[in-house]
Amino acid sequence: MAIIERPEASPATTPEYVTPSASMGFLRRPVETTGWKSWAFTVDHKKIGIMYGVVAMLFFFVGGLEAVLIRAQLAQADGTILSADKYNQMFTMHATTMIFLFVMPMAAAFANYMIPLQIGARDVAFPRLNALSLWTFVFGGIFLNTSWILGGAADGGWFMYAPNSSVPFSPTNGVDFWVLGLLITGIASQVGAINLIVTVLNMRAPGMSLMRMPIFTWMAFVVQMLLLFAIPVITVALFLLMFQRNFGATFFSVEEGADPLLWQHLFWIFGHPEVYIIVLPAFGIISEVLPTFARKPLFGYPFVVFSGAAIGFVGFGVWAHHMFAAGLGPISVAVFSVATMAIAVPTGVKIINWTLTLWGGKLWFTTAMLFAIGLIVQFTIGGLSGVTHAVAPSDTQQTDTYYIVAHFHYVIFGGAVLGLFSGIYYWWPKIFGKMLNESWGRANFWFMIIGMNLTFGPMHIIGLQGQPRRMYVWTENRAGEGFFNLGFWNLVSSVGTVILAIGALLFLVNVWVSRKNPPAPADPWDARSLEWITTSPPKEHNFDRTPTVHALDEFFHRKYEDVGEDGQHDYKKVATGEEVIAEEEAHADAHIHLPSPSYWPIVLALSMPILAYGVIYSTLLIVAGAAIAILALFGWALEPPTAPDDDFDPPSPDGDEPSKELVANV
Amino acid sequence: MTMSTDTASTDTGHDVDSHDDEHTISDKNYIFIALFLAVLTALEVAATEVSSFPDALLIPALLVLMVIKFAMVILYFMHLKFDSKLFSMMFYIGLIFAVTLYGVMLTTFHFFTG
Amino acid sequence: MSDATIDPDATTDDTTHVAPIHDDTIPAGYDDGNDHIGLAPHHTTTGLSNTKLAMWMFLGSECLLFGGLISTYMLYRNRQGDAIGPDQLWDIPFTSATSFVLLMSSLTMVLSVTAAQRKDDRRTRLWLTVTALLGGLFLSGQVYEFTVFYREGLGYTTSLFASSFYTLTGFHGVHVAVGIIMLLSLVAMLAKNRLIGDKAETVEMIGLYWHFVDVVWIVIFTLVYLIPA
Repeated sequence: MAIIERPEASPATTPEYVTPSASMGFLRRPVETTGWKSWAFTVDHKKIGIMYGVVAMLFFFVGGLEAVLIRAQLAQADGTILSADKYNQMFTMHATTMIFLFVMPMAAAFANYMIPLQIGARDVAFPRLNALSLWTFVFGGIFLNTSWILGGAADGGWFMYAPNSSVPFSPTNGVDFWVLGLLITGIASQVGAINLIVTVLNMRAPGMSLMRMPIFTWMAFVVQMLLLFAIPVITVALFLLMFQRNFGATFFSVEEGADPLLWQHLFWIFGHPEVYIIVLPAFGIISEVLPTFARKPLFGYPFVVFSGAAIGFVGFGVWAHHMFAAGLGPISVAVFSVATMAIAVPTGVKIINWTLTLWGGKLWFTTAMLFAIGLIVQFTIGGLSGVTHAVAPSDTQQTDTYYIVAHFHYVIFGGAVLGLFSGIYYWWPKIFGKMLNESWGRANFWFMIIGMNLTFGPMHIIGLQGQPRRMYVWTENRAGEGFFNLGFWNLVSSVGTVILAIGALLFLVNVWVSRKNPPAPADPWDARSLEWITTSPPKEHNFDRTPTVHALDEFFHRKYEDVGEDGQHDYKKVATGEEVIAEEEAHADAHIHLPSPSYWPIVLALSMPILAYGVIYSTLLIVAGAAIAILALFGWALEPPTAPDDDFDPPSPDGDEPSKELVANV
Repeated sequence: MTMSTDTASTDTGHDVDSHDDEHTISDKNYIFIALFLAVLTALEVAATEVSSFPDALLIPALLVLMVIKFAMVILYFMHLKFDSKLFSMMFYIGLIFAVTLYGVMLTTFHFFTG
Repeated sequence: MSDATIDPDATTDDTTHVAPIHDDTIPAGYDDGNDHIGLAPHHTTTGLSNTKLAMWMFLGSECLLFGGLISTYMLYRNRQGDAIGPDQLWDIPFTSATSFVLLMSSLTMVLSVTAAQRKDDRRTRLWLTVTALLGGLFLSGQVYEFTVFYREGLGYTTSLFASSFYTLTGFHGVHVAVGIIMLLSLVAMLAKNRLIGDKAETVEMIGLYWHFVDVVWIVIFTLVYLIPA
C-alpha cells in the first residue's frame, strides 16, 4: 500500500537493468522507489515534507498529553497527579515539544513541500541537505524525549534560566538532554534555513519576480532569514550551558562573579525572533487560504509582504521585554517597551489586510477557511494582551502570572496552530490526493475553538487574580474569595482542555475516515497559485514543464480572463484547472533529471544523537559518533548529487527513447 | 535527447557574477594587500607597547586598525567588493545584527560605561 | 522545445531581472554535480551560484555565533578574582607571530583561488597545501600558548575569564582545524580528480570560509590580546 497514490504516467518497467552507481567505491547507492527505503533515503522535498509533518503531528500529541497532565493536576486544589518535580518536567517538556518539535517542524513541512511547488521548481537547492535537516530533527526530537526514561526530563522551563539550570539545582541529566537535543534540532533549522533561502532566491520559475511570489513563500522566506540569524545565538547559550554542566565552566556561577542575565539575554535574543518564526508561517498560510475562499485576491499584497519583513526585522530588537522584571534599569526597560509597541503596527497591518480580503468576497466556509478566520479572531485577542505586556509597568504585574500564559497560548495556539491546521485542510488534497471530510473537519474546528477559549480564556482572569506560573499546585486558602475564584477558573480551564483534546483527536478521526475517499481533483478549491498546476498528488518531478509566470496569482490568471472595461475588473472563466495542467503536460520536457537518493544524510544525522549520548555518558560514544559523522561527510562530499545517467535511464519498452520518469513507478 | 552534459565543455569555470571581469586584483596586488595588513598588525602591536599612550586614545586606534584589516580581508580577499550586492547584503545583515544586538546587550550590562 | 522565454506581453508590474534559461531540462538553480554544474550559475534566478550564496549566508550567521562568544568574553574578561589574569599571561610578541602566520595563510589561500581560476591545478594544490600548513602552524602556536597558560595557572575552570577565553579561542581553533581538514581533503580530491562540481568554485568556497576564520581572529587578536583589560 503506497501512502501516496501517484498517477501512473508511464508504463511500469522492471528495475532489473537499473545498475546503481557506488558510493565511495563500495556502497551501492540507494535506488528504491517503493518501500521504507524510498522514504529513508529520499531527497524528494515532497516526501521530506510529509515526514516532517507526520513526525511533527506525533509530537503535537506528545506535547498535548503533557498539557493534559498539567491541567489534570491543576483542575482541583491540592492536586496529586503530578509531584512538584514531575510538574516541572511536564511544563518544560510541554513547551519545548510544542515549540521545537511540533510548530517549527510542521511549518518546515509546509515550507519544504510547498515552496518549490509555489515557485515552479522541481526541488530545493540542496536536496541532500534537506534530507539531513529532516533526519536531524527526527533524531534530535527522539533523543530529547528519551530523557523521560533516562533519569528524568529537563525541568528548568523551556527558557531554561541559569543558574537554576546548572548542576547544583538541576542534578539529573534532563537539562543535558534538553541542551544537546536543541543543539541537534538547531542544526536542522539552520541548515534548512540556508537551503530554503537559496531555493527562493535562485530557483524561481521564469517571470516570477519576488513580488510575484505566493505570499506563503514570502512569509516562509522571512522565517528562514530569522532562523538563520537567531539560531546561532541560542547555539552560543546552549554551548555555554553545556560547558557549565559538563566541563565545569563557570559562565553562570554567581559565586564566581557570573551574571545570570547573560543567559537571559542570549536566550531571548533568539527567543523573541523565535516567536515570529512560530507565527509567520501560519500568517503565510492564511494569506493563501483567505483569498482562495473569499474568491478575491489578497488585499494589499505588498503591505502584507513588507509588514512580514518588518515584523521579522523589528522582532530582533525587542527581546528584553521578556526581562522587564529582571532589573535591567529604567532606560533599557523604556527602550524595549517602546520597541515592543512598535511591533504591533505591522501585525495590525496584516489583520487589516486579511479582514479587507474577506470584505466583499464570496465567502466559502470550508474547514480551511474556518481555521483561517479563527486565526484572525483568536490571534487578535492574543495580540491585544500582548500590547498590554508591552507597557512595562503593567507587565510588572502580569509577568510570571497566568496572564502571560493566556497571551502566548492565544497567539501560539490561536495563531500558529490554527493557521497550520488551516494549511493542513487546504493542502491535504494536493499532498495526499484525497479530500478530508468536511463534516468531521467542522467538528475538529469547533471543538478546538471552544476548547481553546475555555482553556486559555480563564487564564487571563486567574493571572490577574494572582496565580503564578509554574506552580505545581494551588490550595483552597490561596484560591481567593467568591465563586469565580482560582478554583472555579482552573476547573473551567481544565474542562476546556478536555474539549480541546477531543478537537485534536477529531483531526485524527478525520484522517482515518477520509482515507478511502475518492481521488481529489487537481484544483478542488479553484485556487490561485502555482502549486495547484500539478496533479494531486504531484508527480515526482512536480511540473512536466517549468511554468512561465506572468503575474501574481499566475494560476488564477490562466483560468480567468479579465474582460472588464474602463478599468473595471470582470473576470470570466476561460479554462479549468485541469485544462491548464493539460496544457503544461502537452509541452512536457523530454528529459527530466532529478536528484538521487542518498544514504549520507540519514547516516550523518544518526551520528548526532550518538555524539550527544557520548557527552552525557561516555567518551567512547563521542568517538564513535564523530567517526560516523566524518565517514558520512566524506561519503557525501565524494558522491555526486545526481547519480550518473546510466543509473536512471532505463530504456523505454520500445528500446531507444529514454523514459520520462526518473525511475518508473512499479 | 540526453542531458546537456556535452554543452559543459565551453564553460570557463568563472563565476557568472564576475563576468564583467572585475578581476582587477592580480596576485601581486594580493601580496601588497597582505603586506599592508601585516604592517597594520605591526602598528597595532607597537601601539600597545608604547606605554605613554593613554587608553582613551589607544583603544579607538586599535579598533580602527582592526576594522580596516577586517574590511580589507572581506572586501578584497573575499572579493565582496566586486561580487554581487546580494552576497554583501547577506553578510552585512549578519554582521550588523551581531554588532548591534550584542552591543545593546553589553550596554545593558553597563559594559561601555563601567 | 519548451518555452522558457519570458512572455513579452506579460504584465510588468515590477522590474524582473530573470536570467534567461537556455536549457530547460535542468531545473533552475539546481546543483546537480555533473560536468555542466559549471553552467549552474546561469540557471539560477539571480544568476548567482547556489553554493556561493549559501556560503555567504552561512558566514553571515557565523557573525552571530562568534559575536555571542566574543561578547561573553568581553563581559567576563576582568572576572578572574585572585587568579591569574590577562596582563600576566599574554605574550604579545608570540601571539603577534601566530596572528601574522594566519594572515599570511589568507594570502596563500587567495593565491590558490586565483590559480584555480587560471586552471593551474598544480599551483592550486601547492597554495592549498601551504595554507593548510600555515593554519597548522597557527594551531600549534595556539596549543603551545594554551599549555603555557595552563602551566601558569589558567585552567578551563579557574575563573570566568579563563572559561570565556578558552571557549572563544577554542571555538575559533576548532573552526581552523575543520578548515585545515577541508583544505587537505580538497588537495587530495583534486589530485585524485574526484572532485564533484566546479573546481574553481569549490576552492573559492573553502577560501571564503578560511578568510572568515582569519577575520574572526583579527577581531579576537585586537579585542582579547591588545585592548588593555
